[in-house]
Amino acid sequence: MRCPECDGEIPLPKDAIEGEIVTCPDCGTSFELYKKGGKFDIRPIQMVGEDWGE
Amino acid sequence: MVYDYVRWEEKAIANAAKKKGVDLKLIDSKDVHLTLDDRYEKEFGNVVLQRCLSYFRSLHLTATLEARGISVVNNFNVALTAGNKLFTTLALIKAGVPTPRTALSFAPESAIKSLERLGYPAVLKPTIGSWGRLVALLKDKDSAEAIFEDREHMFPLYQVYYIQEFVKRPPRDIRSIVIDDRVVAAIYRVSLSGNWKTNMALGAKAENCPITKELEDICYKASKAVGGGILGVDCMESPNGFLVHEVNNTTEFKNTVPATGVDIPGLIIDYLLKLRK
Repeated sequence: MRCPECDGEIPLPKDAIEGEIVTCPDCGTSFELYKKGGKFDIRPIQMVGEDWGE
Repeated sequence: MVYDYVRWEEKAIANAAKKKGVDLKLIDSKDVHLTLDDRYEKEFGNVVLQRCLSYFRSLHLTATLEARGISVVNNFNVALTAGNKLFTTLALIKAGVPTPRTALSFAPESAIKSLERLGYPAVLKPTIGSWGRLVALLKDKDSAEAIFEDREHMFPLYQVYYIQEFVKRPPRDIRSIVIDDRVVAAIYRVSLSGNWKTNMALGAKAENCPITKELEDICYKASKAVGGGILGVDCMESPNGFLVHEVNNTTEFKNTVPATGVDIPGLIIDYLLKLRK
């Protein structure tokens, strides 16, 4: 998968799970994995919501 | 397991389930569409592990599942209490668990009066949120007034002035993982030099922390105070002994597992199996 920010290569984890956060090794931008037509793709992730936490 | 994003923790829990031969269904809360008078067992089973990052999403989903007879870990009351620092502090005080002195105000002028009682420096924290986000050190009246002025222009949540005494402690705190009222692992979170905050998200270093009787006792009491389940209890080593300053509802343990060697994801699965009807 190509990073939409820097065009770097984002490797797909072997045991990828839908909703998993992946990070571009080149520019450090994070994305969410989701399935599109049975295949994994990435989309922007809301990085920290107002009510996010442990 | 319901989630909104899969972090290291959710993936580790999924892998632990696989290893134990447990059929753990992963449900993205963002895909959920529920009619409130339906039965949900077919989709959710009878025990759900709640791992949403979003406090409001997790509370609303947990309330809905529990209303239809599904057991959720942590349950609604625990999530409500542990997800809000003020509610947690009130629960700790009620249970007699030592915690930093804390004041509450709703306007800058009255927050300054709170500070006059607590003394400077003090710490202003949002009641909801994690990772040290928007936690501010109030060194004196001038810095407090400047920070309060900013807060007045933010979302109303930030106009709940939850202010704690600044506790004299070593440059570290302790995160203990408590499952089913048992302290299973603990780490020191050692802050980066020059940073007074000890959040792992801000670069603190994790080191194994021995589980002493004193630590075990206070974490047990803190877990009981908020209602039990799977919790991350944060303590500070004050000159007068441990003080519990936070109890975390969907605790992270990415750094605790390698620092302690404890299989926390496996223990979580064991706990869920115990709860299965």
